Amino acid sequence: MTAVHSVDDIPSAETVETAVVGRTLRQIAFNRIKHDKVAIACVIALVIIILLALFAPLICNLFNVDPYTFDSAAISDSGGLPVGSLGGVSMKHPLGVEPLTGRDILARLLYGTRVSLMIAFLATTIVVTTGVLIGIFAGYSRGWIDSILSRVMDLTLAFPFLLVVIAMSPVLEQRLASLGIPAGNASRIVTLVLLLSLFGWPYLARLIRGQVLSMREREFVEAATSIGSGTSRMVFKELLPNLWAPILVYATIAMPGFIGAEAALAFLGISVQPPTATWGAMLEESVGYFTVDPFYMFVPLTMLLVSVLSFNLLGDALRDALDPKADRT
Amino acid sequence: MFPYIIRRVMLMIFMLFVLSVVTFLLFNAVPTDPAMLTCGKTCTPQIVEANRIRLGLDQPLPFQYFEWIKGIFVGRTYGSGTQTFDCSAPCLGYSFKNGEEVTIMIKQALPVTMWLALGAFILWMSFGIGSGIYAANRKGKWQDRTIMAITLIGYSLPVFLIGLMMLIFVIVRAHLLPYPDYVSPFENPLQFLQTMILPWISLAILYAAYYTRLTRSQMLETMSEDFIRTARAKGLPEKRVIRKHAFRAGLTPIVTSAGMDLAGLLGGAVITEYVFSLPGLGRLAIDAVKDYDLPTITATTLVAATFIIIANIVVDVLYAAIDPRVRLS
Repeated sequence: MTAVHSVDDIPSAETVETAVVGRTLRQIAFNRIKHDKVAIACVIALVIIILLALFAPLICNLFNVDPYTFDSAAISDSGGLPVGSLGGVSMKHPLGVEPLTGRDILARLLYGTRVSLMIAFLATTIVVTTGVLIGIFAGYSRGWIDSILSRVMDLTLAFPFLLVVIAMSPVLEQRLASLGIPAGNASRIVTLVLLLSLFGWPYLARLIRGQVLSMREREFVEAATSIGSGTSRMVFKELLPNLWAPILVYATIAMPGFIGAEAALAFLGISVQPPTATWGAMLEESVGYFTVDPFYMFVPLTMLLVSVLSFNLLGDALRDALDPKADRT
Repeated sequence: MFPYIIRRVMLMIFMLFVLSVVTFLLFNAVPTDPAMLTCGKTCTPQIVEANRIRLGLDQPLPFQYFEWIKGIFVGRTYGSGTQTFDCSAPCLGYSFKNGEEVTIMIKQALPVTMWLALGAFILWMSFGIGSGIYAANRKGKWQDRTIMAITLIGYSLPVFLIGLMMLIFVIVRAHLLPYPDYVSPFENPLQFLQTMILPWISLAILYAAYYTRLTRSQMLETMSEDFIRTARAKGLPEKRVIRKHAFRAGLTPIVTSAGMDLAGLLGGAVITEYVFSLPGLGRLAIDAVKDYDLPTITATTLVAATFIIIANIVVDVLYAAIDPRVRLS
């Protein structure tokens, strides 16, 4: 704690600029992340996973596999288990095949990565957008608007997350069908994203509201008011630049949360249906074969763990890097 | 203090009212036609229409809501003329699936969930707080790093995996315990313990990981406060500083979190109950969702959310009792 601004809880671009010559919080944080080996490793792992997902069709072409074709030659005739060691790993199927169908696991994993990441990313985007908007609106308006919005947040948080998502999903899917979105995996993904967002936004909204409430009492907001700033200038030029640190940390932590939630829902049978795959759906299927074909479970579990761990570790690293209380190195 | 409690209780009653309206709407207004869900696939339009009238689903929604609430407080009568049947208070309707009273189903499921939640709660609180304090005292040393690494993996693992792996290794492979078969602890304490020990542990691992991190960061924050320096400066032994000064002061957020988490679990530990086939609230809800059993889904959601709203108020009041400054706002 070297600088004058150690009393502030919120990373604030303004104070940093005056206290440390020529270095904004953004630069300091970036510098810290650059020297954090764990954080760099996480970023690399995540970039690789995202590239794998983006180029799934290309990679599948390269190995000449696809996620939908049944391969009866790769499974035994009697039990339907993969032929060969490690769940049927061979030149033809680099990560083995699925029991009973003989579908290629590498291809399913890559295409599953796309769906898993897409669900988590969409949910995170919606949650961050609505959470930030509602949080700023509540904290900035104060008074009765704040009271009502806070009660809405309390109420939304009162619903048991997993239970309500499970309970709502068939009901919402039916409603979507009546609106013209045909039942199927597309409508399931939309349902999942909507429900995960619907019950996920209040956490961030609460956080942002608290930050805005305390920021309103600070001098820079008072100064902006006194020079006659309008609401939009206040929100976009004064408040938001001071909020991006908690928002960034929250978004990084939200991704693994949603990946885990999708896996849990898949385990309960509320996610996409075959032939579409996700990490969760693959895990759920592989659990039944764990005693006879443990490698099948090992594959999606590794991907899920690596990405969830990376996001969590990166979130921790970002939180430390963006902490104005920490020593400035 | 007393006026504060009255205010909070009034707010709680209001929140419970809004909760009941929202829950009712979620499951009665969002589905396209609830009456269609009353009988299985071999349904004729005549049966659907008969059920619609018998269950009052032909009435306008506000009236249906009123009947539902009336059922909870004073009981209600279904149907008219000769074919009526009574449902005494608290009436949550009849299951679409097997015609059983939902209230009775919940009464049977609730103790199972309560035992599960309580046992896990004791485990995770003792382990979480214990290792959190231990890690905080050895910040940066290998003990701290090991504990942090374990907790990170603990909460990155998919929820269902810990339970399933224990089930596979301890019960299926090693035969160390019999297959879970729930009985009341008053009937057969040994079988109760044999059934519950793995669910308790698997549920506790997840929460212990979170509480270790929470306690650690809370302790570290308190340890850097001025009053700790004062306590040390006046020559108190380090043990006393940690136990009496730091822990007491850092405790409040942990109490809040613990209260809310326990209440959340009382509404059903969906995944753990599912993995170990425990007939608790979560299991009841999942089974109800799979059968589109609307009255049961609505009731389990309502019960679970009620627990959280009540816990919210209890925690608020506890907080105010610990810290008198809270009451002013």
